[in-house]
Amino acid sequence: MTNKKAIWVFWSVTTVLLLVYYFYIILIGNDKKEVSPGEMIHGHYQIEMSCSSCHSDAFGGGEVLQSACVNCHGEELKAADDSHPKSKFTNPRNASRIKELDARACVSCHSEHKNKITGEMGVTLPEDFCFKCHQDVAEDRPSHKGMAFNTCANAGCHNYHDNSALYEDFLEKHLNENKLLDSLENKSKATVDKLTLLSQYPIDRYPVKKLTLKEIDSHSGVFNDNRVTHEWETTSHAAAGVNCSACHEEKSSDNKITWIEKPDEKSCKGCHSEEVKGFLDGKHGMKIKAGLGAMKPSEARQPMRITSHDKELSCVSCHSSHKFDVQHASVEACLGCHNDTHSQSYKQSAHFNTWHKELNGQAEKNTGVSCASCHMPRQLKRVGEHEVVLVEHNQNLNLRPNEKMLRGVCMNCHGLAFSIDALADEKLIENNFKGMPSVHIESIDMVEDRLKKRKKPEEGGL
Amino acid sequence: MKLKLKKVAFVGVAGLLTVLAGCSESKVTGIEPKTMTDALFSVMEADRTVYTKLIIGRLAKKEKVIKASEHWKDEKALVLPAQMFRYGAERVAEKGADFSYSLLSLWPVNKQNKPKTDVEKEGLQFIADNPGQNFYGEETLGDTKYFTAIYPDIGVASACISCHNDHKDTPKTDFKLGDVMGGVVIRIPVKG
Repeated sequence: MTNKKAIWVFWSVTTVLLLVYYFYIILIGNDKKEVSPGEMIHGHYQIEMSCSSCHSDAFGGGEVLQSACVNCHGEELKAADDSHPKSKFTNPRNASRIKELDARACVSCHSEHKNKITGEMGVTLPEDFCFKCHQDVAEDRPSHKGMAFNTCANAGCHNYHDNSALYEDFLEKHLNENKLLDSLENKSKATVDKLTLLSQYPIDRYPVKKLTLKEIDSHSGVFNDNRVTHEWETTSHAAAGVNCSACHEEKSSDNKITWIEKPDEKSCKGCHSEEVKGFLDGKHGMKIKAGLGAMKPSEARQPMRITSHDKELSCVSCHSSHKFDVQHASVEACLGCHNDTHSQSYKQSAHFNTWHKELNGQAEKNTGVSCASCHMPRQLKRVGEHEVVLVEHNQNLNLRPNEKMLRGVCMNCHGLAFSIDALADEKLIENNFKGMPSVHIESIDMVEDRLKKRKKPEEGGL
Repeated sequence: MKLKLKKVAFVGVAGLLTVLAGCSESKVTGIEPKTMTDALFSVMEADRTVYTKLIIGRLAKKEKVIKASEHWKDEKALVLPAQMFRYGAERVAEKGADFSYSLLSLWPVNKQNKPKTDVEKEGLQFIADNPGQNFYGEETLGDTKYFTAIYPDIGVASACISCHNDHKDTPKTDFKLGDVMGGVVIRIPVKG
């Protein structure tokens, strides 16, 4: 064999082997890091191994990625009345703008796999995106004269998508509010009978009446486990007539009933569908939703306690099976894993003080501020025809940018101006709000100035 | 087998020729862009007037049973007529319709709704200077040529006038009933 032939054979064999190797990784292999073009953003790294979550069609173009973005984030944007929806840019009169910045596609601003240019908000963001359309803002708002082109969003005044707590009339409505509001709006749970939401609830089998130990219908040897039976008997499950079989039995398509030793979120979903949806959409359950199994604290990018590293996150990892203690789930369950400075500082904070007092009976029910009060708040939701207060288990909805917390969380207890300042103070966030904000966002002052100028002199105007 | 193939080929060629002959004889028919935009505007204008008079004018202004507000979600109020119109335009765009429309003005409350293209500037000025007349033109935006029609948007109810005159962001505070307050811009892509 000549040298030339040998080189060709070597090249062909190597190419085939490499192709087989990479096809194996893409189609079958679990670890796809080798084919990833770059590290993923904070919000997506958990599902990095599920390429098809975003790249659902190998032969599709930008529309495939756009539909992946909308599938996961569209609902949230709609709920927040996205200030810049795609529909604002599809009119042909925006053709010149689209040429500069195609705001119809999420990826025009937010690129994935580009860790080096990913900003503090967990996404890539061009600095001049506001300037393209709003460069003449000072003509109508003299207060904005001389402001740098990149300060619109990063000064805490505006948000490209969610301005629900930042728009001018809202700021005007909440001018001069106290740091701590007189009436705290700490929502209590379930304002309507939960069963009215569950049209499929098998009420004949599980009528709403308190159950006792004698009535347990477990098929396993649980009768002998005093801890389990006691925990169940003292929960709202037993109080509402929810027996062991309600969670532990599973009916197959041919009506065959099997006993499940360790029910997962699929069992909980039967009665707690909104909560499970939030869990699966959020950071705790998104891996399960992507078919990658449960998230473990050891896989997290944030600091986690070593003792928690091997835990597998599920409904019961926070709520603990049989006990379903919501107070435990609101603080101790979080601190059992999270080990960053903000979490470590919670027990020295004024917020914890209110929680401690509530637990000790020194303060009214629902006045304490737990981890969950801010990160998984109780929110008014519409389920079918009913408006109910439910715990939002998708913490992404309140996380970043943190202005998203203003309306649903901070303003339940604090005035708007104080809340905006507090959320803009990184050191204050790190020490878990011990002290007063050391930064001040001027947006509310500008609104006040404009209001004074607008009013006639006899009404207190300038 | 060979015979069969020949038969199929013959029928195919004959069919193709018939179709081609038919094409050369028939005229391309369709609706003129102006007829189309005039028809679209008549529906838009009618719906807009009905909403303004029968919903906003009656319920919010006359009988005062519910408010109308720009922040209708927060205020649990009726959407303003201009918002109603825009949301409709956005829904049409979402459906991928082959035409688009928008509500613009030389005196917009939201500065993003002032005229931007040359045809918009010329057309809005024309309908303001020539009450009762429409403006028609052509323009190329991006890579597409459009037939652009601009129709006057008249203040038909006192609610329109007072709301615009009193709005903190309005550049004009002396609108009167029957004034041209802006224009409805309808675009249809055309060949050429």
